[in-house]
Amino acid sequence: MAADMRLPTIRKPVSLCSGERKDLVVPGDVITSDTGFMRGHGTYVDEDKLTASVAGEVQRVDKLICVRPLKTRFNGEVGDVVVGRITEVQQKRWKVETNSRLDSVLLLSSVNLPGGELRRRSAEDELTMRQYLLEGDLISAEVQSVFSDGALSLHTRSLKYGKRQKTHFHNLPCGASIILGNNGFVWLYATPSNEEEEAGGFYTSLEPVSLSDREVISRLRNCLLALAAHKVLLYDTSVLYCYESSLQHQVKDILKPEVMEEIVMLTQQKLLEQEG
Amino acid sequence: MATVKVSEAEKVYILHGIRDDLRVDGRGCEDYRHVEIETDVVSNTDGSAKVTLGYTAVLVGIKADIGKPKPMVPNEGYLEFFVDCSANATPEFEGRGGEELGTELSNTLYKVFNNKHSVDLKSLCISAGEHCWVLYVDVLLLQCDGNLYDAISIAIKAALFNTKIPRVHISADEEGGKEIELSDDPYDCMRLDVENVPCIVTLCKVGHRHVVDVTLQEKACSVASLIISVTHKGTITCTRKVGGGSLDPESIFEMTEAGKRVGKALHAPLMALLQQEESLGKKRQKVGFLG
Repeated sequence: MAADMRLPTIRKPVSLCSGERKDLVVPGDVITSDTGFMRGHGTYVDEDKLTASVAGEVQRVDKLICVRPLKTRFNGEVGDVVVGRITEVQQKRWKVETNSRLDSVLLLSSVNLPGGELRRRSAEDELTMRQYLLEGDLISAEVQSVFSDGALSLHTRSLKYGKRQKTHFHNLPCGASIILGNNGFVWLYATPSNEEEEAGGFYTSLEPVSLSDREVISRLRNCLLALAAHKVLLYDTSVLYCYESSLQHQVKDILKPEVMEEIVMLTQQKLLEQEG
Repeated sequence: MATVKVSEAEKVYILHGIRDDLRVDGRGCEDYRHVEIETDVVSNTDGSAKVTLGYTAVLVGIKADIGKPKPMVPNEGYLEFFVDCSANATPEFEGRGGEELGTELSNTLYKVFNNKHSVDLKSLCISAGEHCWVLYVDVLLLQCDGNLYDAISIAIKAALFNTKIPRVHISADEEGGKEIELSDDPYDCMRLDVENVPCIVTLCKVGHRHVVDVTLQEKACSVASLIISVTHKGTITCTRKVGGGSLDPESIFEMTEAGKRVGKALHAPLMALLQQEESLGKKRQKVGFLG
């Protein structure tokens, strides 16, 4: 019960493979003075010199040079699966926060309303939009298209999506399910016991979750935070290995720095073994 | 306070979890998140401390200045608090957005320290009625993830422990007035006794239970909270209720007892850690802000 207080220490990132020397640049660094290259994303030309505009790794593909930033907002492509939260309800659409530069758009015509897929949208639907999705609700959706200003247009027309549902969707053997959105948001939930087909609309379950399931979900949540803190890519395999390595510790201890390091090292070892 | 939007289903999940004493991150209802404390981080202050409580980060700097004592208490010095909510923490604090929260926090701090025992104000007197030490305590919110009061009080206690006030010599000059000389030796300084400095515990009412050290998500599910400042002996110096919801007298009593218990348990590890840091002396590896 006593608070765990300690002095801070300089944390070293955990990485088993030292890797090849990466070409890292910061904004303003000159990449090359050779004018024969085409400039890609993250670069600009300053007095005939190709300069980086973001902090990241230089990637060369034949004559094209671009800089991939280390940390950036989500740039969606068509077909990406995203997890988002409704921020606004507007006239015929919802605004969704997906960690991009602009809020994404979910049009009323892009969702499945109860009553079946081919139902016509009426004026009444427009007035009762809040009954389907309210501010603060979580949804999983797919990127349908990208507007000219860069905002994403989402859709949940396939029955897989909606408030939650069945790539990116994994039912982990430990008893919980996970949706890994391309935008960096992760949705953890207890695996629903009944897998029934719904005719449309959104599904919210307000039933209490059992204590064992709750513990599994909390453990997974802490494992995900530990993996993210050490820059390990999240796949269903890495998450599962991390979960298994963490079983020897108590759930609330996982977020302590030394326990995080230990679990992430074990996970990386297991991932390397599986690869080789 | 910075807020996050939470959906209905998430609120119900959090509520049921707290009812079963298993919160979203696996903690019990009276567990704190991981705390990291470092003192002496700002070089041009007389005392400073940086505290990280989960994702909440707070920086406190203390400057000692010579001023005139208050007319009602001529042989005591005093403390002045100022809380700055920086836009670093959340975009809501941009411009004057953080002013309201900042004033609320500093007013509470005044109330907490408004008693004879927390800080020995008589030791801050230089010459009665004319000169005294005024300690300007400046708090800067760097990151906000709930539980600001607790983090700020821990940081203030650590910063006061770290404060080194130069010794003064009063001599009479030619015209018969008093002249104040500050000692040139940087090691010739006075330290404050922080044994009785209280720590603040915030208890939030979620459903039928109370929770210590809430995150922003859990705060969105609670309607009322009780802020209690507790000394190491278990004495309460100040209580405040915040939030729009109501608390019935029985739960206030329960929460106060829990707050006393939790608050008392905070002081021992904090003092032990501060003593440990002090004993490392020059060997201590300074982490600062780029660790």
